[in-house]
Amino acid sequence: MDVLWLSRLQFAFTITFHYLFPPLSIGLGVLLVVVEGLWLKTKNPLYHQMARFWTKVFALTFAVGVATGIVMEFEFGTNWATYSRYVGDVFGSALAAEGIFAFFLESGFLAVLLFGWDRVGPKTHFFSTCMVALGAHFSAIWIVVANSWMQTPAGFHIVGEGLAARAEITDFWAMVFNPSSMDRLSHTLAGAWQAGAWLMVSVGAYYLLRRRHRDFALASVRIGLGLALVAAVFSLVTGDASARGVARNQPAKLAAFEGLWATTPRAPLHLVGWVDEKNEQTHGPALSGLLSWLAYGKTDRPVTGLKEIPRDERPPVNFTFQLFHLMVIVGFAMIGLAAWAAFALWRGRLEQSRLLLWLLTFSVLGPQVANQTGWWAAEVGRQPWIVYRLLRTSDALSAVVSAHQVAASMVMFMAVYLLLFAVFLFLLNDKIKHGPADADLQPAGKLAPGFKGGAS
Amino acid sequence: MSFGSLDLNTVWFVLVGVLFTGYVILDGFDLGVGVLHLFAVRRDEDRRVFLNAIGPVWDGNEVWLVTGGGALFAAFPAVYATVFSGFYLAFMALLCALIFRAVAIEFRSKHASPRWRAFWDAGFAAGSAGSALLIGVAMGNIAWGVPLDARGEFAGSFLGLLNPYALLMGVTTVALFTMHGAIYLVLKTEGELEARVRRWVNPLIIAFILCYVILTLATLLYVPHITEAFRREPWFFAVVIPVVLAIANIPREVSHGREVFAFLSSCAAMAGLMVIFGLGMYPHLVYSHPLPEHSLTAFNAASSRKTLGIMLTIALLGLPVVLAYSASIYWIFRGKVKLDRMSY
Repeated sequence: MDVLWLSRLQFAFTITFHYLFPPLSIGLGVLLVVVEGLWLKTKNPLYHQMARFWTKVFALTFAVGVATGIVMEFEFGTNWATYSRYVGDVFGSALAAEGIFAFFLESGFLAVLLFGWDRVGPKTHFFSTCMVALGAHFSAIWIVVANSWMQTPAGFHIVGEGLAARAEITDFWAMVFNPSSMDRLSHTLAGAWQAGAWLMVSVGAYYLLRRRHRDFALASVRIGLGLALVAAVFSLVTGDASARGVARNQPAKLAAFEGLWATTPRAPLHLVGWVDEKNEQTHGPALSGLLSWLAYGKTDRPVTGLKEIPRDERPPVNFTFQLFHLMVIVGFAMIGLAAWAAFALWRGRLEQSRLLLWLLTFSVLGPQVANQTGWWAAEVGRQPWIVYRLLRTSDALSAVVSAHQVAASMVMFMAVYLLLFAVFLFLLNDKIKHGPADADLQPAGKLAPGFKGGAS
Repeated sequence: MSFGSLDLNTVWFVLVGVLFTGYVILDGFDLGVGVLHLFAVRRDEDRRVFLNAIGPVWDGNEVWLVTGGGALFAAFPAVYATVFSGFYLAFMALLCALIFRAVAIEFRSKHASPRWRAFWDAGFAAGSAGSALLIGVAMGNIAWGVPLDARGEFAGSFLGLLNPYALLMGVTTVALFTMHGAIYLVLKTEGELEARVRRWVNPLIIAFILCYVILTLATLLYVPHITEAFRREPWFFAVVIPVVLAIANIPREVSHGREVFAFLSSCAAMAGLMVIFGLGMYPHLVYSHPLPEHSLTAFNAASSRKTLGIMLTIALLGLPVVLAYSASIYWIFRGKVKLDRMSY
């Protein structure tokens, strides 16, 4: 394999592995704020126990997220030096802002969240929990802004020519609020909330199946499901807005998402399908006019097909199509599951339905699959560009790095990440098997004052 | 915000320096504690005390490196691109070391098996020592100079990065961080463990001074562009004196039982060393050796003036807030380590 493929594979592998964790931190961050807020408001020790338990899970996901996140920041320079020179003026500023506004906030207050229970008062602790959650969201903002600029560049001009060409900022706010950044940010956050929320639901459902920690389990399902339901619907709304943006700004990507070859009014939407790239055809059940309607609100509006895009500017079509459709299918499944579970919970029938509890136990995988395939679709669908219509991925490599070097680092990352993943699952499983500590039903330390009830 | 005729390139040379100085001072003691970790051999609890001494803060400290890297990317993209791609294998090894350091802290005490703990203890120590060494080697190469071509791309080899001067800088960095970490541990430990850590401080200071003297001699003899900078501006030597005094002050404060001042002296010494490094390098960010005209400087490798101005606004908004809450967090976690059920 050549250095381009190895570098792309390495980036895909390291970012995919990394992205298992930040959504969990963002979603659990919101839930920690909710749970600790409930504890301070109601003084129900169950919420104290939940806050303690989920803080530990949060710490584990955060640690692996941090350890694998620093790799990402290095990799732009190590493997994509030409890209880094080209975009540094624009992309670098967003990355630096992320460090200053997000990472310091997150990791600084994490200390108080994890270790401050007995050192600071309840309000300070709650404030720290809020700051950690806020920091996690800020980090999403800046990195999604930077990535969206690569999808829909704005607020810049090109200086220099040939190998010396590079993008420079002309309007910072136009760069930040580029045409896709807000739609993609809201969609990314919705996916992240689902990741955290379904984890909480999943652990709660598992305890209900095993008939353990009933109060804790029911509260986890109820709170997790509340956020999961809202976030699942929000994912649909923001996903629709994002896709309409793709139709406007990145027609080649939208055509690949949907396997649309000919530019046509009443453009069809495939529910599932297979793209025959050689013969430029897409097979599968399709609803005529639905794509036109979704993209532009009118069934007779034409949607640009791939045949209008020069061959050397088309992304891999079938791969992008399958990734996108898998994300959409899982997204709808999560809405259905959330609605079903919420209805069962409302009618008091949740604990009787073992099928539902089993589905909820595995629900944690849903948002992970959808988040990953969604990002893959977004990034593969932008190919062959690394910065849309400005810089090709094949022109963005480091000039001085050889295939052997990338192969060596790839092997290193695979070995290390495999170990990390195994240990992460082992420890998470251990934590879940061990369950919430009964001692946490008797709050101690500075958070306890004002607490009057006993363990009940 | 408009910054008039302010020399933003120099401002960012200084600010990137400030971020990396923040990193070496703060994560320096974390890495130093890591190097010493395997020497806490009496009881498992001693190792947990070491881990929890840095437990609440190491993560925030590492952010100085992440932000420094981001600032370098934004302010001097050509330097970021050249150094990170040129030092490819070395930086991959650094990433591996930083990953092990980070996850070992989180994983180690989560399982009681002695072999599990021994594995992550080794990972923590090797990751810390490896990070310190590689950071030093990278700085050594930056100081010594690396071959650059006319486009400012790295033109050397991986083995060329392992030259004696860079390795000497690496060893000196390990010695410096270990000394700094030991002083921090005196602040955080108590009883018999504290007595033991206290005995480590003076030998570590001597080890560092020895390394540093050799490094300085090597610099004076073999790194003419830095020597030249000091010859041109003899007042640079004014920075050396407080650094020497700060280092000499450390054993004095330790023996008087004023550990906080000993630690602050160590921080001041490290800041001074970074200032000396910066003065010797300015305006070069990567010195090209043997063809100095290819060097990357704060002027030929920088982003546009507009971006440097935007970034300065971001830094002026963000850094004071960061410093304020970081200081509060250090204050909250002041004093000796007490293990409880939330500890590592």
